Amino acid sequence: MGDKEKKEQITPRRRFFTDMAHHIGLGTMGVLLWGGYAAKAKSNPLTLRPPAALDESDFLKRCIKCGLCAEACVNRPQNIDKDGHQKPGTLKMAKAGDSVTIGTPFFTPRDVPCFMCDDIPCVPACPTGALDIAKVTNPKTNELDFRMMDMGVAVVDVHSCIAFWGLQCDACYRACPLLDEAIKLVYNRNDRTGKHAFLEPVINPDVCTGCGLCEKACVTEKPAIFVLPREVAQGKAGDHYVKGWDKKDQLRVGNRKEEDITTHNERSKKKPLDYLNNNGLGL
Amino acid sequence: MGMNRRDFLKSSAAATAAAAVGISIPEEVKAAAQDAEKGWRWDKAPCRFCGTGCGIMIATKNGKIVAVKGDPAAPVNRGLNCIKGYFNAKIMYGADRLTQPLMRVNEKGEFDKNGKFKPITWKQAFDEMEKQIKRALKESGPEGVAVFGSGQYTVMEGYAAHKMMKAGFRSNAIDPNARHCMASAVVGFYQTFGIDEPSGCYDDIELTDTIVAWGSNMAEMHPILWSRVTDRKLSNPDRVKVVNIQTYTHRSCDLSDFNIIFRPQTDLAIWNYIAHEIVYNHPEAIDWDFVKKHIVFTAGPVNIGYGMRRAGEKSLKDGLYSAKEMEIISKEMEKKVSPLEAPALAPYGYKEGDTMKNTPGTLAHWIISFEEYKKSLEPFTLDYVAKLAKGDPDEPLEEFKKKLKMLADLYIEKDRKVVSFWTMGMNQHTRGTWVNTLSYNVHFLLNKQAKPGNGAFSLTGQPSACGTAREVGTFTHRLPADLMVKNPKHRAIAEKRWKVPEGTINPVGKQHIMAIHRGIEDGLVKFAWVNVCNPYQDSANANHWIKAARKTDTFIVTSDGYPGISAMVSDLVLPSAMIYEKWGAYGNAERRTQHWKQQVLPVGQAMSDTWQWVELSKRFTVKDVWGEYKPSGPRKKPLPSVIEAAKKMGYKEDTTMFEILFANEEAKKYTIDDPLLKGFDDTDSLGDSRKVIGSDGKEWKGYGFFIHKYLFEEYAWFGRGHGHDLAPFDVYHKVRGLKWPVVDGKETQWRFNAKYDPYAAKAAKETGGDFAFYGPLAKKLFTGSLTKPDKSKGKTPIPNKAKIFARPYMDPPEMPDETYDTWLCTGRVLEHWHSGTMTMRVPELFRAVPEALCYMHPEDAKKKGVKRGELVWVESRRGKVKARVETRGRNRPPRGLVFVPWFDEKVFINKVTLDATCPMSKQTDYKKCAVKITKA
Amino acid sequence: MKFSNIKYLILRRVVQLGLLFLYFTGNVWGWKILQGDLSTSLLFNKVPLSDPFALLQIFATGAIVGTNVLIGALIIVLFYGIIGGRAFCSWVCPVNLVTDAAAWLRRKLLIDKIERKVWISRNIRYYMIIIALIVSAISGLAAFEVISPITILNRNIIFGIGSGLGFIVAIFLFDLFVVKNGWCGHICPLGGVHSIIGKYSLFRVKHTSENCTLCMKCRVVCPESQVLHMIGKKSITVNDIECTNCGRCIDICDDDALGFTVGKYIKENNKESK
Repeated sequence: MGDKEKKEQITPRRRFFTDMAHHIGLGTMGVLLWGGYAAKAKSNPLTLRPPAALDESDFLKRCIKCGLCAEACVNRPQNIDKDGHQKPGTLKMAKAGDSVTIGTPFFTPRDVPCFMCDDIPCVPACPTGALDIAKVTNPKTNELDFRMMDMGVAVVDVHSCIAFWGLQCDACYRACPLLDEAIKLVYNRNDRTGKHAFLEPVINPDVCTGCGLCEKACVTEKPAIFVLPREVAQGKAGDHYVKGWDKKDQLRVGNRKEEDITTHNERSKKKPLDYLNNNGLGL
Repeated sequence: MGMNRRDFLKSSAAATAAAAVGISIPEEVKAAAQDAEKGWRWDKAPCRFCGTGCGIMIATKNGKIVAVKGDPAAPVNRGLNCIKGYFNAKIMYGADRLTQPLMRVNEKGEFDKNGKFKPITWKQAFDEMEKQIKRALKESGPEGVAVFGSGQYTVMEGYAAHKMMKAGFRSNAIDPNARHCMASAVVGFYQTFGIDEPSGCYDDIELTDTIVAWGSNMAEMHPILWSRVTDRKLSNPDRVKVVNIQTYTHRSCDLSDFNIIFRPQTDLAIWNYIAHEIVYNHPEAIDWDFVKKHIVFTAGPVNIGYGMRRAGEKSLKDGLYSAKEMEIISKEMEKKVSPLEAPALAPYGYKEGDTMKNTPGTLAHWIISFEEYKKSLEPFTLDYVAKLAKGDPDEPLEEFKKKLKMLADLYIEKDRKVVSFWTMGMNQHTRGTWVNTLSYNVHFLLNKQAKPGNGAFSLTGQPSACGTAREVGTFTHRLPADLMVKNPKHRAIAEKRWKVPEGTINPVGKQHIMAIHRGIEDGLVKFAWVNVCNPYQDSANANHWIKAARKTDTFIVTSDGYPGISAMVSDLVLPSAMIYEKWGAYGNAERRTQHWKQQVLPVGQAMSDTWQWVELSKRFTVKDVWGEYKPSGPRKKPLPSVIEAAKKMGYKEDTTMFEILFANEEAKKYTIDDPLLKGFDDTDSLGDSRKVIGSDGKEWKGYGFFIHKYLFEEYAWFGRGHGHDLAPFDVYHKVRGLKWPVVDGKETQWRFNAKYDPYAAKAAKETGGDFAFYGPLAKKLFTGSLTKPDKSKGKTPIPNKAKIFARPYMDPPEMPDETYDTWLCTGRVLEHWHSGTMTMRVPELFRAVPEALCYMHPEDAKKKGVKRGELVWVESRRGKVKARVETRGRNRPPRGLVFVPWFDEKVFINKVTLDATCPMSKQTDYKKCAVKITKA
Repeated sequence: MKFSNIKYLILRRVVQLGLLFLYFTGNVWGWKILQGDLSTSLLFNKVPLSDPFALLQIFATGAIVGTNVLIGALIIVLFYGIIGGRAFCSWVCPVNLVTDAAAWLRRKLLIDKIERKVWISRNIRYYMIIIALIVSAISGLAAFEVISPITILNRNIIFGIGSGLGFIVAIFLFDLFVVKNGWCGHICPLGGVHSIIGKYSLFRVKHTSENCTLCMKCRVVCPESQVLHMIGKKSITVNDIECTNCGRCIDICDDDALGFTVGKYIKENNKESK
C-alpha cells in the first residue's frame, strides 16, 4: 500500500481504467494460452470412442471424465479369466501422452477390442449423456441392441492382407461378432494357381460397428484390417443423387437443405451483369 | 539392379517355380533373385501341420529359418498357405523350447517319482530309461513297454520306433495319436477294399460336380482344399453343388447350396436313407454291371459294444470309476434297445426294450445276398430318418425332409459326379467303421467310386497320418505296408527283412492308445514313451490317465519340442528336434509322399526322435530282450525265447539291438558321401557343430552312415511290388511329392481303376472289367444271413472285389438326459494345431485365438442364465472345465449342443469327454457325449 | 507431538486416502461403494455426486447433460453449501496431500523465513473460474478439466499411473519454491468455486480470543492465513470464504483458543451487523 501512496498523480479514475486494462490483458492472455492448449488437448482424429458416443465435438463437451463407463467395462462379469482374475478393460481413460483428450474414455482395438456385450454396460453408466443410450436402443423393442453400436468402421489394407494374396486366412472374418454380416467373404478365382479361390474379407460399413475384434485377430505384423472412426474411414457420395434401383437410398440423402441447393464456385462467382458488362473480350 | 521389392518377390517366385519344372529362366531374373536373397538358402519342405500336405519353401540364414513361402511348384497348394502354414517360420522358435533333458529327481539327483524336474545329461536320461525298461520287461513282459506314437512322426522316426519296439522289445504296445484321428477310416478301407487309404486324390475336386462334406469343417481344417472346393464352385456355380452335413453350422456352411444339421450319430441313418432311396425308389440308378462284377454284399454283428472298459478289468474291480461313470460304462456289457434305434435294428431281430448283450468289437463279417442287404435298408424311410436325424429343433420337419431328398437326388442323379469328403465327424464315432463303410455303399451302388471326380474320400487330419502311422504301420496291430502282426506269414516277412529270428515278433497286437492308458491305470504298462504327440491332453476322459500316470509306478517319458500337459505328467522330458531340424518325410491324405532335408541345427541339446530311438537300442542286447516271456496282458500264451535262434544267425548274447536293427551291414552301405548330404546338415548321420554330449557321455559325432536314407529305403521295400510302391529316396528330393503306388516312375491318381492304376490294370486283365479292388485283406468269407454266418459251407474267395455292408443305425452310449441335457462336440479351430504346443507359441496366432470358447445357441445361453462372454462349467459324468460362452461366433450349434475346441490346455475339455470308441477301430468318439452347462 | 496436535490432520488424511481407496476399489475390484472419480461419482451404485464446476464448464460449452449429473451437482452444492463449507479442499481433494507436503517441507527447510514477497494475488482463482468458463465456451471443451491436476491425480490413482504426473510435480515445486500455498491458496479455480459454494455453510472455525496467547502458530500453519485476521483480537467465527475447515489451526493451538462450531454463523453475523 505504501508504494501506491507515493504515486499521488494517479487518480482513482485512472487507476480504475489501468487496473481494468491490466485485468483484461492478463485475462486475455490466459484465455489465449489456455484456449490454445485446449485446442491442442483435443484428441487426434483417429481416436475410437465407446459405443453410442456422441459426435466427437459434442462428446467432448459433455464428457465429464468420470470414468464410470470404463469402470462398467472393466468390471463387467464376463471380464474375468478362468482363474477369476480381472482382465484389462476395453475402455481406457486417456492420460497425458495418449494423444487423446485427457480423462476421456477411448479404446485401442489391437490391445483390447470391444467385445460387443449384449447388455452394453458402458453406455447406461454414463451420467452426462456423452454416451447416448438412445443411440443403442432399438426403437422397436426399446431394448439395448449391440448391433446399433457405432465406434468406427473396419478398413482392410488389401495390399498387406494375406487373404488378398490368396492365403487362406480370414481370421478377421471368424473373429467378427457379426460374422458374415459386418465382414463378408468375397470369393474370386485365383488364375495364377488355376484351382484355388481367393476368400477376400470385405467390410459392410452399414453393419460394422468398429468393435475391432478383427483388428485384434489379424495375424499380420501390423494389422491389415483396422478400425477407424467412421467419418475418417468413409467417403460420402453427393446428396443430390439417389440410387434409382434402391428404394431406401433416399434415406441416405435425407432432406437437402435450401442453402445447399445453390452452388458456388470460382466460375459462378461473378454476377451475370458483372460478367457481361466487364467482359474479357474487350467489347 | 533396379528391381523393387515387388519385382523381387515375383522373380524369386518365378525362379522357384521354374526350377521346379525345369525351365531355364533368364539369367538376369535369376541373378536378381539371388542377389536380393543374399545369404538366404531356399529349400523345399512340406508344411508342418495338417493332412492336406501343402508344399513350402524354407529360407535359412546363419543356421536359423528366416522365412517361408508357399511353394508355387507344389501341386496341392501352388504357393498358397493357410495361416498356420504362413507361420511355419515361427513355430520352432518359441522362447521356451526344451533344450536339455529334464527329470524328476530327489536332492541327490536320483530319479524320484515325486521329485521336481531338474536338468540332467543325455547319458543320465538313457541310463534311467534303460533301467526302467528293464524293470518293465521283468515285471510285465514286452506288454509293459509302451509308446504313444504319432501321425506327425517323420516316416523315418516312425519306422525306427516301430522296428525297435516290434523287433527289439517284442512289444506291440506302440500306437499313434492317429488312432484318435482316422482309425475308423482305416478299418473302413480294410473292410471295403482290403487295403488302406483312399482310392481318389485331390484332383477329384476340380473334376467333380458335387462336393458333399460330411462331419467335417474343411474351411477351417483343410483350408487349402476348401479354397479348391470354392474355386470349383465358382467355376460353374449352377452345375457344381456343395453340401455340408454335420451337427452344427460352421464356417464351411457359408459356401453350401444347402446344409444338413443332424442329431449326433444319425449320419448312420442318413447314409442308409440314401441307399434306401437308391435301392427302393431308384433301382434303375444301380449300376448292376459294376456291382455284379466288383461288389459283394456283407454283414457283421451289431452287438459289439462301445470300446469302453469291460467288466472284470482291474481298475473297475478296484472301484476307480464312480457310480456315475458306471452308468455309461455298463452299456459296454449290455444295453436296452431304445425306441430311436429299434426300427433300424428290427431286421437284425431286435425290438424296443430288448436287452442287447454285447461282445467286444469284432471285425468279423460274412457275405449276404442283395435281398438281405435290401432288407437291412427297409427301415430307413424318409419319415423314419427325418424324425430320427433332424438335429436342429427349430427346423421344420418338412424342410429337413426336403433337404434329405435333395441330398439323395444329388447322389443319384445320372451323370452327376459326386465326391464325399469326411473327417473326424465320421471317424471319431462309436460306429466309425460302420459309417465309413456306409459311405462306400452309396458310391458303389451308383458306380461313383475310384473314378475321376467320383468317390468317397477320407481326409486325414495329421501331416503323416497316412505316410507314417498307416503306411509305416506304427499301430499296435500292424507292420509296414498293411502287414499284420496277427498273421504269421506277415510276421515272417518282417522278421526276414529285419534279420531277426523267426518268432521274434509278438503275435498279439491289441494295445491301442486307449488300451495303453488303461494298461497304465491297471498296472500292466510300466514304461511309456510319448513321441511327437500330447496324449495327456488329447485323450478322452483325461482325468483317469493323468492320475494313473502320477499315482502308479509307471515311468513316463515325453519327447517334445515344447513343454505341454504330457511333459508335465511325465517323469522324464527329452528335448526333441523339431520338423526342419531333421531329415524327414510325410505322407498326406492323397497318398503323396514328400521329403525334406534338415534345414537347420536343432536348438540347445535337442536331438531327433530317430536318434533317441537308435541311441536307446544301444542299451539292449539279445539276452536283454529276446528271452522267454510269460503270458501278460492281452497275450494269453508265453512268448518263446529266440536267443538260441539268434545265435544261429550269428548274433551273440551281447550283440546290441543297435547293431542288429540299425547299424547293420546293409545300413552302412548308405554312405555319408551321398551327394544329397552336400551342403546340408544331418545331425544324426554326421554329428554337428553344437558338439552335443551324447548318450554315452561323449561328444556326438554321427552314425557315420546315411541313416535316414537307410531307414526309408528299408521301409519302402515292404510296399514295393505290393500296391504300396514308393519311389527311391533320391527321387523325392527332386520332385514335389508323388502319390503312391509309384510304378515305373509314375504316380497313381485313382487306385483300383484299371485306366489309372497299374495294379488294377494287371488284375483286371485276369478278372475282366474296368476295376479291381485288389486289396488282399479279408478276401475269403463265410456266407450267411443278416444276423449270422453259415459256417457249414466254408469260405468263398472274393478276389478283386469290394464290399457293401449292411449296417444299421445305433444310439451312442451316452446321450443327453435330464441331468446332462446337452450334447458336447469337440474339435479344432483353423488358428491352432491340435493341442496348441506350437501354434499357441506363435504370438500372432495366440492373439487371434487366445482361448477355447464354448459355442452355444443363444436360446440355450438364455435358458442357462449366462451371457455371452461369461464363464460356464461344462460338466459331464467324468469331469468339468470352465469355458467362456460364445453365442455369435464361427460355430453356431443348434439348441441342445455345445462345441468346445480342445487346443487350449486351460480349457481342458478332454477331462469331460467320454473314452468310448468305435469297438472295431478303437477310435475315440470326441464328437458326442452328454454334459450339463452351469454358470461358473 | 501430542495426539491432540494432529487429531484433525489424521482424520483428514484418513478421509482423503479412504476416499481414494474406495474410488480405487470401484474400478479395480468393482466395489459398488464409490465408483467414478471426483468429477462424477456414484455412491452405493445409486447416489450421484458431481463436481459443480465441471458441470458449469460443460454448460459453458453449450452442452446439456443428463439429470443424474444435475442431481449430483446439486447434492454436492447443498452438502458443502449447508454443512461443509470449503471442506472439499482439505478433506477430499488429493492435491491437498501434495500441497500440504510442500508446505510442510517449506517450513522444515525454513524457506518461509527467507520468503520474498508474495507476488500473486489470492484472487487469481476467481479470475481462473471466469477464464475457464470462457475458454470452455470457445473451445467446446471443459477447459479446467483438461488441465485439472485434481482429477488427473485422482484418475491416476483410480485408473493407473500414466504420464500425467508432471503437473503434480510442478505444483509441488511451485508451492515449495515459488509461492507459499501457491496452488490451493491462489490459483485453483475449483477451490474458488468451493469457496463461493461454502459461503453460508454451518461448519465454522471459532476463535476464542480470551484464551489466545498470541503464539501465532495457527497463522503459520494456515494455508489461507489471511482468514485468521481475528486471532487475538475478536472472539468470532472464521467467516472468510477461503477457510477450508482443515482444522490445522485447532490442532496446533495449545490454548484452546480455536475450535469447530456449528450453526453459530447466523448468530455471529447478526451480532456483527449489529
